[in-house]
Amino acid sequence: MAKKIRILIAKPGLDGHDRGAKYIARALKDAGYEVIYTGIRQTPEAIVKTAIQEDVDFVGLSLLSGAHNELFPRVVELLRENQADNIIVFGGGVIPESDIPGLKAKGLAAIFTPGTPIKAVIDFIESCRSKIEN
Amino acid sequence: MPTSDKLKAQRQKWEETTLKKVISRNPERKTEFTTGSWLPVERTALPEITSDNEYLERLGFPGEFPFTRGVQPTMYRGRLWTMRQYAGFGTAEESNRRYKFLLNQGQTGLSIAFDLPTQIGYDSDDPLSEGEVGKVGVAIDTLRDMEILFDGIPLDQVSTSMTINAPAAILLAMYLAVAEKQGVAFDQLNGTIQNDILKEYIARGTYIFPPKPSLRLITNIFEFCARSVPKWNTISISGYHIREAGATAVQEVAFTLADGVEYVKAALNAGMDVDSFADRLSFFFNAHNDLLEEVAKFRAARRIWAKIMRDKFHAQNSKSLMLRFHTQTAGSTLTAQQPDNNIVRVAIQTLAAVLGGTQSLHTNSRDEALALPSEDSVRIALRTQQIVAYESGVTNSVDPLGGSYLIENLTDQIESEVWQYLDQIEAIGGMIPAIENGFIQKEIQDAAYRYQKEIESNERIIVGVNKFTTDEETPKNLLKVDSELQRIQIQKTDAVKKQRNNQAVKEKLELLRETARRTEQNLMPPILAAVKEYATLGEICGILRQEFGEYQESIVL
Amino acid sequence: MSELAEKILKGDQRSIGRAISIVENDGRDREQLIDEIFPHTNRAVVWGITGAPGSGKSTLLDGLIANLRAQNRTVAVVAVDPSSPFTGGALLGDRLRMQRHATDLGVFIRSMASRGHLGGIASATADTIKILDAAGYDLIVIETIGVGQAEIEVVELADIVMLVLVPGAGDEIQAMKAGVMEIGDIFIINKKDLDGALKLKAEVEYVLHLKSNSNESAINPVLLTSATHNEGISETLHTIDDYLARMQADGRLAIRRQQRIENEVRKIVNTKIHQMAEKHLQIDQKITQWAQQIGKQKQAPYALINSQINQLLKDP
Repeated sequence: MAKKIRILIAKPGLDGHDRGAKYIARALKDAGYEVIYTGIRQTPEAIVKTAIQEDVDFVGLSLLSGAHNELFPRVVELLRENQADNIIVFGGGVIPESDIPGLKAKGLAAIFTPGTPIKAVIDFIESCRSKIEN
Repeated sequence: MPTSDKLKAQRQKWEETTLKKVISRNPERKTEFTTGSWLPVERTALPEITSDNEYLERLGFPGEFPFTRGVQPTMYRGRLWTMRQYAGFGTAEESNRRYKFLLNQGQTGLSIAFDLPTQIGYDSDDPLSEGEVGKVGVAIDTLRDMEILFDGIPLDQVSTSMTINAPAAILLAMYLAVAEKQGVAFDQLNGTIQNDILKEYIARGTYIFPPKPSLRLITNIFEFCARSVPKWNTISISGYHIREAGATAVQEVAFTLADGVEYVKAALNAGMDVDSFADRLSFFFNAHNDLLEEVAKFRAARRIWAKIMRDKFHAQNSKSLMLRFHTQTAGSTLTAQQPDNNIVRVAIQTLAAVLGGTQSLHTNSRDEALALPSEDSVRIALRTQQIVAYESGVTNSVDPLGGSYLIENLTDQIESEVWQYLDQIEAIGGMIPAIENGFIQKEIQDAAYRYQKEIESNERIIVGVNKFTTDEETPKNLLKVDSELQRIQIQKTDAVKKQRNNQAVKEKLELLRETARRTEQNLMPPILAAVKEYATLGEICGILRQEFGEYQESIVL
Repeated sequence: MSELAEKILKGDQRSIGRAISIVENDGRDREQLIDEIFPHTNRAVVWGITGAPGSGKSTLLDGLIANLRAQNRTVAVVAVDPSSPFTGGALLGDRLRMQRHATDLGVFIRSMASRGHLGGIASATADTIKILDAAGYDLIVIETIGVGQAEIEVVELADIVMLVLVPGAGDEIQAMKAGVMEIGDIFIINKKDLDGALKLKAEVEYVLHLKSNSNESAINPVLLTSATHNEGISETLHTIDDYLARMQADGRLAIRRQQRIENEVRKIVNTKIHQMAEKHLQIDQKITQWAQQIGKQKQAPYALINSQINQLLKDP
């Protein structure tokens, strides 16, 4: 039986625009995944604690306020500190292309910019499946 | 009166002959045509307002009930809308520079964007402000920042709109303190604070306190300004963000007006007379892509609000019935792909707002799907307004699309659906229970989901995204906010804290706390007193957080 | 003892999270792990909280957690939500209302999707309770929607069951029909400022009166709360603690726990019998064949099945 993939969708920092995060959460559920959504205004600490308790396979971060260069790597860092670096972190929102290489260097596995179809996100998740199932 | 039987019969004849001939060879592109918000659109509309009485009842004349055609008799023939570009980022110095640039380029009003920590009542050195300082707007920690922000800008000569909600009282107090230092009397000040907490709970997320104390702050501001700052628009009841969250045009109007009803009720419950504050209520709407629907939407909104104020709240003063509004073009329609296309989108949306009779307008810049606007981009956005104003001719007559059969049909459709929502919300007990049990959020989310699914399936085309795509280079010259900013801002605020009279600050904060505990007292005077001593935003909001508690998001997925 | 079991006993949250996943996915090491930690269980108290969506039970639970933490009691919550029968996916949002406790090490929250198996969720939940128990949490709360048979089975894993109702939702009728009225110990009417709250309370009390015998200690409390306004929460906690204390004193708790164990053992045994039947007798394949014959009306169902089973038992 294919493992049930669990994904945490989180909004770090103070940004309150949750239309995108809610859409992704619902669309991933429709794609057959178990999705945990924790609402807006989550600190990186709260996101990581949640990811650990829920033993998710992925954390998806949504942010539109420009604070991604500070907050996304912080989540990756905290996962490492808590021996949870097998959890795959991806991000989305208002993120200029020029910031993407830097984010990936800091451990983000993928960044999905505005207009990315949901299929791309699902393909990415499935491409990681064999890694997860081992 | 609906379309006459004679016309209907003729139309049927046309459908069976002329139309049929063409359709059997060349079927239409879709089986059903709808507006962007899924309202049905007729192949070709027929007259529905066919008598003078109907005209007078449904349209009337601009500047008179029901205000369908406009809130002023001359509209843009008398004075163009205010061109008011929302701006702010980084430090007060940088924002001050941008405001001067915009005023030089012909903007006619200021619109201040604050960063998220400021909007949520945190100082720049708060741990929760990490990474957020100065990113989506200017960072304001103390009155000192406000003084810098308006340095060289005479407050008796500009009107200033501040997009601030939960801590609106504090930022207003800072503005008043700056005016005082400039020697400008409060009754000379023109401007607006957004101050609309209900939409924060629904769609925008920068709330602090729970509903009851938040409404108290809002009505305190109404009272204070009615007495001391009479030209100030004390609230900008907003639908923009609700629409951006995915709502339909109908929902945008319905939920915004329902919020308005809630604020009027709150003010009446606080003992105010409706005509003492209602003329200073203003609104803020979205200008979306479907031009015809948008024009109809604005007209319907005016008509409905006038009826609500007259029939539900028995306002006597004609000014109390007028729905005056600011508009912003729809940010969510901008694409990261082929950003220059956004200039065209914004031009169409500008037309929608102007043909719809807006009092003031912000146009988005082409690069805003990616970053805050660069100087070049924001100049083009301003030029868009200026070209429509001076070159397109649409300002020559009031409500130029009035009488278009389709526009009147859409106006009536929207009005009818909005009333249904308003009745539903009333049955639930008002907006606050409707928000607490998630009804409003669910309606919006379902619409957002449907919209997005249509894009994913290519049923709804977004040029450059799911059709007419290109391989493109990433855009250059995007605005970047200096990452050192947070550190610089913290240093500045620390310096202010050393120089101020800390004993006085302590006293004023305690006075604020006492006032907070006495619900019948107005919070503006103690807030103003604290602000003048250079108490920080975080310190003031900290006291209020302790006394009022914090709002907990209630979600329905 | 395995490293994972050791870490669970130390309360390491990462290990607890992983162990629950092993149980949910019915991993290879599941049985060994549970056996290893079993001696360290039977310490925690288990609550079940159930109520329709919109009843406010998560907000209520959030308030209760705050009160418990103020008393220095540690809490683990298992929030069970249904999976979509069509896509198999689930959107688990219960913990959102309890997120203020996310960084409190004394609180552990796990969202669990029902994954469409009727009995499976109950066994995964039962083992999850053991893990959290062994990890040292004072109190474990199972939160479900509680309308279907599966959800009721889950709630029955608790020592004490709270049913959350809301006035005006037609709950009165729904509650009476659903089996939950039968298993509820404490009834909480939330959103008490809505119209009809007192009427609902009276109706619930009436129904409880009808179903009770004259045994005094079987009185089920009916409480009024307003979770969003933080009213009635500490009284609720008090009532729950009192009720449990009485259950402990008069032996009902011990009986209930033993019954639970028996239910669980029965489920495990039945599952294993089926597994053995499948492994040794290829029972699923045989069932398909028998169904074919019955479908063609060639044979009567009971006659066929009885004779075939007897045959297998004699001669597998």
